[in-house]
Amino acid sequence: MSDGRLSVFKTYKLYVGGKFPRSESGRVYEVNDSKGRWLANAPQSSRKDARDAVVAARKAFGGWSGATAYNRGQILYRVAEMLEGRREQFVREVAEAEGLSKSKAAAVVDAAVDRWVWYAGWTDKIGQIVGGANPVAGPFFNLSTPEPTGVVAVLAPQESSFLGLVSVIAPVIATGNTAVVVASADAPLPALSLGEVLATSDLPGGVVNILSGRTAELAAPLASHQDVNAIDLTGADAGLAKELEIAAADNLKRTLRPQAVDWSADPGTHRLTAFLETKTVWHPTGALGASGSSY
Amino acid sequence: MPTTAASPKLSAPFEQGGPPLADATASDSALRRFLHGLPGVDTVGLEARAASLGTRSIKTTAKAYAIDLAISMIDLTTLEGADTPGKVRALAAKAVNPDPTDRTTPRTAAVCVYPDMAATAAAALAGSGVKVASVATAFPAGRAALDVKLADVRDAVAAGADEIDMVIDRGAFLSGRYLKVYEEIVAVKAECGSARLKVIFETGELSTYDNIRRASWLGMLAGADFIKTSTGKVATNATPANTLLMLEAVRDFREQTGVQIGVKPAGGIRTTKDAIKFLVLVNETAGEDWLDNHWFRFGASSLLNDLLMQRQKLSTGRYSGPDYVTVD
Repeated sequence: MSDGRLSVFKTYKLYVGGKFPRSESGRVYEVNDSKGRWLANAPQSSRKDARDAVVAARKAFGGWSGATAYNRGQILYRVAEMLEGRREQFVREVAEAEGLSKSKAAAVVDAAVDRWVWYAGWTDKIGQIVGGANPVAGPFFNLSTPEPTGVVAVLAPQESSFLGLVSVIAPVIATGNTAVVVASADAPLPALSLGEVLATSDLPGGVVNILSGRTAELAAPLASHQDVNAIDLTGADAGLAKELEIAAADNLKRTLRPQAVDWSADPGTHRLTAFLETKTVWHPTGALGASGSSY
Repeated sequence: MPTTAASPKLSAPFEQGGPPLADATASDSALRRFLHGLPGVDTVGLEARAASLGTRSIKTTAKAYAIDLAISMIDLTTLEGADTPGKVRALAAKAVNPDPTDRTTPRTAAVCVYPDMAATAAAALAGSGVKVASVATAFPAGRAALDVKLADVRDAVAAGADEIDMVIDRGAFLSGRYLKVYEEIVAVKAECGSARLKVIFETGELSTYDNIRRASWLGMLAGADFIKTSTGKVATNATPANTLLMLEAVRDFREQTGVQIGVKPAGGIRTTKDAIKFLVLVNETAGEDWLDNHWFRFGASSLLNDLLMQRQKLSTGRYSGPDYVTVD
């Protein structure tokens, strides 16, 4: 040993229910950089890992959707703070995964942190945009409020391993959903490292669950799972997306179809509103004065 | 592979022939001599055996068989202070028809309630073949005078209970007054009439495996139809190890006396995986004769939902969720 130290290899693991398990199947697969050089072994999750992740996400849903929007915003901001602290690591992982120069990778990571902060700000504002008091012809208040859909399966984009990943996870959880994320199959390492960040940023375990492996193998059981309420098909190719959409129709999952996205552009509120349900309540205004009661 | 755990070789009283019960239960000292003469339990061996049997992989058709068998063995239980007649009726309806979307699902074995709800359960289950089980004898603590306990049993039987789950007096057992425990079980059995008697040891309070083995033999000698691990009201409930120990006891008891006794683990069994582990224990320890709801039961409530979700997964190929079962 010339420098007198043994190198410390990192074992990348899944992030499920706030813990870091290996795949139930015991499988791993080789992850290479953009030039085909070996980087690390990542867990190759099985459908049973997907099942466990859904159970964890369902368990976390009550607490996360019940937290105040303000509190969710604080926690998401905390995630951005933790990402900032690990900036060097993510720059290296993104550069290796996507074949970017160091400065370009740094720009991608900065954009991802900024994106996270941007979505953190939306948690307590989305209600004003998509909810509100509706005009009705009668002595009633009519109020619409957005509610989270539930457990959302997210197929992260295959190409943009970090900025794209953050851009699909943050809007899902900002509105109070919980997520089961299938990371980019060829570049899962930034996603698995993101799990370590989420674990140390006050985000309750199970709100985000990250699986690595073959997208088609994991997406099929998630799309047909009766306890998943919505699926984001961003990481699926056209053929797979069609198949998954058919499977997802069985229990009427909300489905976000894959589309060409420029991840560095302003994302808009499209992804925030994709996984919301609108709850509308009627409330009588009460007595109308001397002319008599309305009911 | 680990070898089977030590099975109790019966000591003197049984091997001398004659009615097996007479000698061992003639007096307090004879009973103590008999119970303390049972071989000690190899704790490490017992736990290793139970753990190794839990590693069997049960898949596809075998799994489907095990799930249906487990459903048919459930004593669907509600033992809460907040039980209402409506809740008992809802539970009874679920016992008769666990999965309304799939009528091939077997019925559960029984519904288990407090004595004051036994009449409600009996009315709701009339003609269905599902039994009414009622806890009695001042469940779960068992701290009451004997006539109060017997009145409790009489009430439950009169209200239509087919099965009585009694608790032993752990205080008497732990202080070595075995004959008192024995006589209490005999007295309760006499009150049961045609109802089958399950004797609950509350294994979590008996401290040692040796005590669980002694309690098992004590209960069987006193005429229990079933021996049951626990009430579900304390921290430690049914575990694979203590159930394995009780299964060994009923196996050995039948070898010695020809009398078959049932086993009921209760409390803490929540998942299909756990239930299947217990069924493996039954098959490998007591044998196939016990793989029937006349001889083996699960005391459980949330277990049924998990079994139903797994059953739906097997029949549809899709993972199911808690939205598709009734949450009671």
